[in-house]
Amino acid sequence: MSESVHTVTALPTARQPGCPFDPPAELIDARRHGPISRYTHPGGKPGWLITGYDLVRSVLADSRFSSRRDLMNVADFELPPAPPGEFLLMDEPQHGRYRKPLVGKFTVRRMRLLTERIEQITTDCLDAMEKTGPPADLVTAFAKPIPTIVICELLGVPYQDRGSFQEQIDTFMGGETSDEELMAAYTATQEYLAELVSAKRANPTDDVLSELTDSDLTDEELKGISLILLAAGFDTTANMLALGTFALLRNPGQLAALRADPALTDGAVEELLRYLSVAKTFMRTALEDVELGGQTIKAGTTVVLSYHTANRDPERFADPDVLDLRRQYDGHLAFSHGIHQCLGQQLARVEMRVAFRALVDRFPTLRLAVPAEEVVLRPETADIYGVKSLPVTWDREAS
Amino acid sequence: MTTTRLRVDRERCIGAGMCALTAPEVFDQDPDDGRVLLLHTEPPATHRTAARMAAGVCPSRAISLQEPETSGS
Repeated sequence: MSESVHTVTALPTARQPGCPFDPPAELIDARRHGPISRYTHPGGKPGWLITGYDLVRSVLADSRFSSRRDLMNVADFELPPAPPGEFLLMDEPQHGRYRKPLVGKFTVRRMRLLTERIEQITTDCLDAMEKTGPPADLVTAFAKPIPTIVICELLGVPYQDRGSFQEQIDTFMGGETSDEELMAAYTATQEYLAELVSAKRANPTDDVLSELTDSDLTDEELKGISLILLAAGFDTTANMLALGTFALLRNPGQLAALRADPALTDGAVEELLRYLSVAKTFMRTALEDVELGGQTIKAGTTVVLSYHTANRDPERFADPDVLDLRRQYDGHLAFSHGIHQCLGQQLARVEMRVAFRALVDRFPTLRLAVPAEEVVLRPETADIYGVKSLPVTWDREAS
Repeated sequence: MTTTRLRVDRERCIGAGMCALTAPEVFDQDPDDGRVLLLHTEPPATHRTAARMAAGVCPSRAISLQEPETSGS
């Protein structure tokens, strides 16, 4: 067993100034010392921080590590079990009971059938952006509305309800609200979803939520499922689109290559997923003593998995800190790994392929409207990383 | 054995779709339950690399691959 294991006392709260796309320096430093570090959770509980690709991947594939919220040993109080339907924080067999009925609704084939509709939504957003700009905030004009409209249509959230819904999700995903605000937004969302579920049960429409009412899932469970699908559907893709555009604008050679060659689009999406890893960290708790990277993870200990540093691991990726849209895709952890790997990843891929392609085609002179240092980023405390706004401008076509 | 043979475990499969994405000529997903469907047990040479990659990226290790034994071993 290694005696000189690196110790990280707290997760960093900020990134290095001028490096908005790279993991915080403390995490990069930890990985340099080795793939596993000692770590103390904010509540004072001892834990581990895993930063290397192979170890992160092996924990995610290992059923001796639990996703259950009530087993997380991170605070000086006990966390409650996940609410019904929120299967991200559950193990088998509960996890499978919720995930299985959803899987057929998010297949590669079924998501590709949405391509045309997503193209239309994207065109509408770009038309509006072109009409009112330049300049524009890419977050509100493009990155947020596209995935919001798509997931709302897919699930069956009526159009008129989307604005308030988006606001509430922003509040509890933004990482900067007080506990009271967070609770209020969460409660309001819960209440709205409860109404939506009963409405779908009473009058089924052509959408995933209505289809799910035709199963043995209770209203309470459907509410939980809807919550995670909507939150995951809005926030992750929206942040990838905005932060991804920022990254492309800061790598003009790569952006030019993408613009010149539509065949690069699919690979570009995978590379941006790897490079940015907006879902930065997840946690797992050992159900028994597990030997990992020369250390013993004691039963009941919670480990923090850094997807971002894993996706930048030089032992796994050549020149990992370089954004290279031509990189041959052979597995990144941006959508996680193991039984919890992102259910909506094929939807996210179609959305990003369509949206990035359309954006670069529409605005050949797209650029930041402010110095890069002035782009406001989400704090590290947000579950999903990204930009808060992205002021962009472009040359109007001479007509 | 002279060729690459594939096997899928539909019980392990979580329907993430990585195989259908990576090697669509070899794998598909059941339209009802989203789980893997194997289109070619012995994929033609042109699709073997993709099939191997699909096995490698499968999040639930539901795809196994038997490579031909090399002569003399």
